[in-house]
Amino acid sequence: MCALCGVLGGVGHWTDAVARPGVFTRTATPVERRRERAARVAQANRILRHYRLSLADWQGTSFLLSTATGKTEIVDDLTHLWSSAEKLTGRPCDPLDPALLAELAGNRG
Amino acid sequence: MVEFIPVNLIAGFLGSGKTTLLQRLLADPALSDTAVLINEFGEVGLDHHLLERLDDTMVLLQSGCLCCTIRGELSDAIKDLFSKRERGVVPPFRRLVVESTGLADPFPILSTIQADPVLKHHFRLGNVITTVDAVNGVGRPESIKQVAVADRLVLTKTDLVDCADVLIGELRCLNPDAPLSRAADQRIDAAALFEGEVHSPLRAFPAAVDRPHGAVHGLALAFEGALDWTMFGIWLTMLLNRHGAEVLRVKGILNIEGSDTPVAVHGVQHLVHPPVHMAAWPDDDRRSHLVFIVDGLERNVIERSLDAFMRCGVKQ
Repeated sequence: MCALCGVLGGVGHWTDAVARPGVFTRTATPVERRRERAARVAQANRILRHYRLSLADWQGTSFLLSTATGKTEIVDDLTHLWSSAEKLTGRPCDPLDPALLAELAGNRG
Repeated sequence: MVEFIPVNLIAGFLGSGKTTLLQRLLADPALSDTAVLINEFGEVGLDHHLLERLDDTMVLLQSGCLCCTIRGELSDAIKDLFSKRERGVVPPFRRLVVESTGLADPFPILSTIQADPVLKHHFRLGNVITTVDAVNGVGRPESIKQVAVADRLVLTKTDLVDCADVLIGELRCLNPDAPLSRAADQRIDAAALFEGEVHSPLRAFPAAVDRPHGAVHGLALAFEGALDWTMFGIWLTMLLNRHGAEVLRVKGILNIEGSDTPVAVHGVQHLVHPPVHMAAWPDDDRRSHLVFIVDGLERNVIERSLDAFMRCGVKQ
């Protein structure tokens, strides 16, 4: 989705940059791409836990973002993740929120 | 291999010398293969006459400001230029320079070029060059934002003021690391302005104490140890989703886990450029450095957040 106008369409997220000289990406080969997707799901779930949400890979092409009650949205990439999470939970997902940061610190170790 | 045509934006408030600068720069051999797109706010366009170079590689968009009313026209005009280039109707230009109106917000223009499904496969964003009038300085919100997102600053009309040091101090607070040139004092090096590395190393960063322009200020963070790329991407995307309007600019060199050389990131509000895999570290400092130009956000809050995410992202 275009960050500017909200029009749907494959804009491509910067974390999924197309491999070309000089560009850093972890999606250059199929193995790298799958590994990165798996890592992204695991890492995102550490944050989404705070909002009682979970993320799962879907066919290696999209992700499924679900609430604890099973309400689910398909998200294409990280561009959509946080806007969809806010829509599903009905509250802002703010990385500066002290409550979130306290929970992340508590979850460590 | 596909060669992406760089698109440079010349921004700057009304009367700050954008057209005069462009006129000087276009005489430089380094810009001989450059197409120009001018946007004027007004019914009668004049700037293209001032440039004295009326040919098929110069396009005038008028009767509206690029950043709001005629954004679609920008995309169409660039596609049309590219189509003519491919058909051999116009010379095969290797660079496109967009001169925006003095009132334009640079972000929608940059976003149009990066997000358009056709343009993004042929063009890449180059440096944003912002002119600042030494007589009138920066004050209006439009000009503050134009300075904040600049990769290069050009101070104009310095011959009309006794001392520009106060203004330079203000500019350094708004945009700490963009190289600054004086249009009047020295020969402007077109190649350095347009072709220079967007992701210049960030090292010496003065602590911004005074905030002459309210809540807009620059802040720098440094992190020890290698960062987890995946978690960093999640964090920055989440930050820009919620606070994109307040993060005027983010720029950094990152020490990424699993990568021997640094990765440069560079973003303007919601828009982040494809990360650059740098060939080598600029010096012995192996910390990650991030510079933010923010409107209202505080350093310790951002630092605490990134730190918490990175610690959470450490494999357990």
